[in-house]
Amino acid sequence: MEALVSILIGTLTGCGVYLILRNRTFPVVLGLTFLSYAVNLFLLVMGRLTIGKPPIIMEHMTEYADPLPQALVLTAIVISFAMTAFVIVLSLKAYLEMGNDHVDGKHKS
Amino acid sequence: MISHIAILPVICPLLTGTLLLLLQKRSLQTVRLISIASVSVLVVLAGYLLNIVSDGEILVYELGNWPPPFGIVLVADRLAVWMLFITALVSMFALLYATQGTDSDGPHFHALFQLQLFGLNGAFLTGDLFNLFVFFEILLLASYGLLLHGGGRLRTMAGLHFVIINLVGSTLFLFAVGTLYGLLGTLNMADLAVKAARAADEDIALIRTAGLLLFAVFALKAALLPLYLWLPAAYAHTTAPVAALFAIMTKVGAYSILRVYTLIFGSQAGNVSDLIDPWLLPLALATLIAGVLGVLASTYLRQQIAYLVIASIGTLLIAFGINTHTSIAAGLFYLPHSTFAAAAFFLLADIIATRRLEINDRFEPGPVIPHQRLTGALFFIAAILIAGLPPLSGFIGKLLILQAALPHTALPWIMGAMLITSLFTIIALARSGSMLFYRAQLQQASHTATGINSQQALTPGFSGLAIVVCLLALCAALTIGAGIISEFTLATANQLLQPENYIYSVLGTAK
Repeated sequence: MEALVSILIGTLTGCGVYLILRNRTFPVVLGLTFLSYAVNLFLLVMGRLTIGKPPIIMEHMTEYADPLPQALVLTAIVISFAMTAFVIVLSLKAYLEMGNDHVDGKHKS
Repeated sequence: MISHIAILPVICPLLTGTLLLLLQKRSLQTVRLISIASVSVLVVLAGYLLNIVSDGEILVYELGNWPPPFGIVLVADRLAVWMLFITALVSMFALLYATQGTDSDGPHFHALFQLQLFGLNGAFLTGDLFNLFVFFEILLLASYGLLLHGGGRLRTMAGLHFVIINLVGSTLFLFAVGTLYGLLGTLNMADLAVKAARAADEDIALIRTAGLLLFAVFALKAALLPLYLWLPAAYAHTTAPVAALFAIMTKVGAYSILRVYTLIFGSQAGNVSDLIDPWLLPLALATLIAGVLGVLASTYLRQQIAYLVIASIGTLLIAFGINTHTSIAAGLFYLPHSTFAAAAFFLLADIIATRRLEINDRFEPGPVIPHQRLTGALFFIAAILIAGLPPLSGFIGKLLILQAALPHTALPWIMGAMLITSLFTIIALARSGSMLFYRAQLQQASHTATGINSQQALTPGFSGLAIVVCLLALCAALTIGAGIISEFTLATANQLLQPENYIYSVLGTAK
């Protein structure tokens, strides 16, 4: 499972970085979204991958899942969600003001 | 009450910001009054806190009474409170300038301004790495709004670049924080310092990676080479009070570098000690040189000031990069100076730009501006300040840094870079000054021909200039009080380089 999750995070990050380097705002926004998915998953697995273990103290239990990364991820999700919403609106504003969606406000076509 | 004082600088702007959102239908006058009152409270609070911590006491505030390292703590030591005080002062004058008319260009200026202060104060006070990320996001989100305040094509473009690069920076920050948590199992900075020093050998490489990733994030916020390219456009195209407030924003990055790399990755940290020593000084020198090249090449005044901000960050981080007691103390003396001087210069540039009508602040011969003697004199003082000529605080700051650099092995580089860049700064500013003021007469005729309402050209009038005078007076106060202030900054540097006290105050156990 570790290998699978690692590959997943790596793929998401790779896609994100590639898309951020594109010259139109829409792929860039998508790239930011991919990167934030990758980092959310990354934070989650930093508490180690566990199955079927409770995060809070229960009777007759000796092993627990780490509850803190889940709280961190929740915060990170909220922030990245707000940021994505903001950057979408900003890109739209830029598109309307420039008349095109090039990240520098110009394109040759 | 006294036990809660450490959280008040965070709570006060948050409550005011929220209140201002509720009051948005009220008249602008009410909103301005509340906003100014809140910032005044912050100035008083920061002054009071400065008085408390100046004897070396470290105030630790446990949120919700959760004991560290399990809960989040706010830590007010000398450095944090020093930053709070500088922020409060610079934001006061930025806000006063904004009430001259900038704040009516669009909605929510004051609410965003307060939330920006909320984020800044929180970032300075927090003792938790993830919480630092959260406060970074708060101050960035507010800064996006402020940056775009008033709208306009160039502003939107600069804003888009600023937002995207900072979002990438936030992602990197989370990767670094996640890695540190995964390896060390804590996010409390004091606890991280303890655990990083005792880390197992097989984890060292990863911890160093995470530490350097964090450095990349802070370098981005501080606008260190090669991550400064977002700054000139963003600062040059936003409104003057916002640019003046942003003079403190790059210092948040410098603060974080100082905090994290003296506390967690400092010289006492065993296998991960002195992590950024090979990087910081060369990069800072390169930033200074690149910044000054930008100053020389600028085609309009606000762009030139934005590059001056980059050069000042270079100077500041040279001081932090030398990494001795005296150099950090010198850096902490230079920090308020460069903040106030840059803020004053941005406001002055706005006054000059509005009065030159359609020529704006481009370096072209323009009309004779009203009150040109006073404005010119202020430009002259601001230029002397920022270039670091005697007798004002810029000179003392640079002198202290050079003095601290004397025993350093890279002295020729530091000396050479700082002195030559100072010369170039003077040349560039002399050229802009003569273009703005001496060559103005040539175009006198076109001034009357434009037919633009002269009243409009005069806003903001004398009160705008008075605010610039106040900021410059703060720099003069830095010069006069240099003895007391450099004693305080030296004590701050000593406190920073002995993180045992910080760790003891937070965790309550000796290391």
